[in-house]
Amino acid sequence: MATLQTRATARIMMSPAVILLFLWMIVPLVMTLYFSFLRYNLLMPGTEEFVGFLNYQYFLTDPAFFTALKNTLVLVGGTLLITVIGGILLALVLDQPFFGQGIVRLLVIAPFFVMPTVSALVWKNMLMHPVNGLFAWIARSFGFQPIDWFAEVPMFSIILIVAWQWLPFATLILLTALQSLDGEQIEAAEMDGAGAFSRFFYLVLPHMSRAITVVILIQTIFLLSVFAEILVTTNGGPGIQTTNITYLIYAQALLQFDVGGASAGGIVAVILANIVAFFLIRLIGKNLER
Amino acid sequence: MARAVTTRRKMTFTIIGWAIGFVIFFPILWTFLTSFKTEGTAIATPPQFLFFDWTIENYHEVQSRSNYMKHVTNSVVISVGSTLIGLALAIPAAWAMAFSPTKRTKDVLMWMLSTKMMPPVGVLVPLYLIFRDWGLLDTRLGLVGILTMINLPIIVWMLYTYFKEIPGEILEAARMDGASLMKEIVYVLTPMAVPGIASTMLLNIILAWNEAFWTLNLSAANAAPLTAFIASYSSPEGLFWAKLSAASTMAIAPILIMGWFSQKQLVRGLTFGAVK
Repeated sequence: MATLQTRATARIMMSPAVILLFLWMIVPLVMTLYFSFLRYNLLMPGTEEFVGFLNYQYFLTDPAFFTALKNTLVLVGGTLLITVIGGILLALVLDQPFFGQGIVRLLVIAPFFVMPTVSALVWKNMLMHPVNGLFAWIARSFGFQPIDWFAEVPMFSIILIVAWQWLPFATLILLTALQSLDGEQIEAAEMDGAGAFSRFFYLVLPHMSRAITVVILIQTIFLLSVFAEILVTTNGGPGIQTTNITYLIYAQALLQFDVGGASAGGIVAVILANIVAFFLIRLIGKNLER
Repeated sequence: MARAVTTRRKMTFTIIGWAIGFVIFFPILWTFLTSFKTEGTAIATPPQFLFFDWTIENYHEVQSRSNYMKHVTNSVVISVGSTLIGLALAIPAAWAMAFSPTKRTKDVLMWMLSTKMMPPVGVLVPLYLIFRDWGLLDTRLGLVGILTMINLPIIVWMLYTYFKEIPGEILEAARMDGASLMKEIVYVLTPMAVPGIASTMLLNIILAWNEAFWTLNLSAANAAPLTAFIASYSSPEGLFWAKLSAASTMAIAPILIMGWFSQKQLVRGLTFGAVK
């Protein structure tokens, strides 16, 4: 029974976290919104003036924006494709009993704990280097011409690195979901003569569908903001071939010091992320009721 | 009845499983091996896998040339500091939400989660300017503050899902036996809450240690944690693979081991309790 007193205590216990988070969310966001209507460049102090939607007009009609938007979608989509399909397959394998299962599980989840700057640099230099890299050596041993990864397929290279980092996450969550599947159900289906494929598509996959949705939504939130991997490998190049929205706004803010333009871009990014967040919040909210 | 597993089937999956595990783990293993090579061996073709002259020279070099310990200290201060402050804020909040929920508790939780959806780049400009004006750029204090706020929703959520599992009847029983609120908290709830708090802490230190948007943008020489320090190896003149590997190995080893210990909590923490 919650008495008036305990309710008051509860409110006091919650308030520091709630108030701080509220300030953290609202103050910078209002500032971004305000800046986005100003002409404001750090290199030209004192020339700030209200320009209405001009920053948005520039940002949204800039061809770089569309390239960055496309790159963002390719990066998110490509990574999701690899991690979800790969994650399902890996979860199916790891769910089978075999010798050293526990150790293999540890090996598979390891990349998730590697900091983004390390994984990007290790992949770029030691694996993907066109002359001395390991991939180049493998290609040459089979008589192929080594690929110059970051020059020929820059976006694909970044997708590979990011997918390597997120594959463990997808695998772990899908495996958790898979392990909660009722073994007797599978057995019954087997007895009724269902083959491996129909068992997978009619029993296992539907059972995992919720976990797959969670993986897709959570990864999307993080993948929309991929930054370090791009910064240390390509700097958004060659040209702007690997510039995503996050990197584009970063460049505008901290390399060109265009506060107004970057703020307009920031608001656009917030709106894009909110579209994804809307679905995620609903999904998790539904789960909370159970 | 458990299904009989044929030995052949088990052997097949042993081979497939280990092959996959090896391929996925390989970049980390390769980094580890390369860290013990000389710069010459590191770029040798064909690559040297195990039979080279092992040396720990790189570890010495990295320490002596770059003040490596300073960046380690920064990483520790920032990740542990932000986690402890986050816990101090989140424990009372999660506690209140789990044990005296109101109609709005769910909304508050959802709202906290929604702050996590905000792309960092959306608030990069104002935070950069605030940091500049308040002299917080390139300070540990500033980064601790930022990372506290970034991970606070995750901490609250994780703790909430743990606290929620503590049965309320136990509290009632303690109350019936005449325990005061203080005693209730110290003797009944705390022991049951400790495992949840510990795993929340572990996961959060990992997340903060690897955070690489704010640390890269708001730190330079002084407060740079390992994420930012390693990034400095991306410049062409810094292209020393063996030293990069040594620095990387030291940067990821402690957190990898912590991660292995916290793998079960990882799922719960990162899905906000949606998958357990």
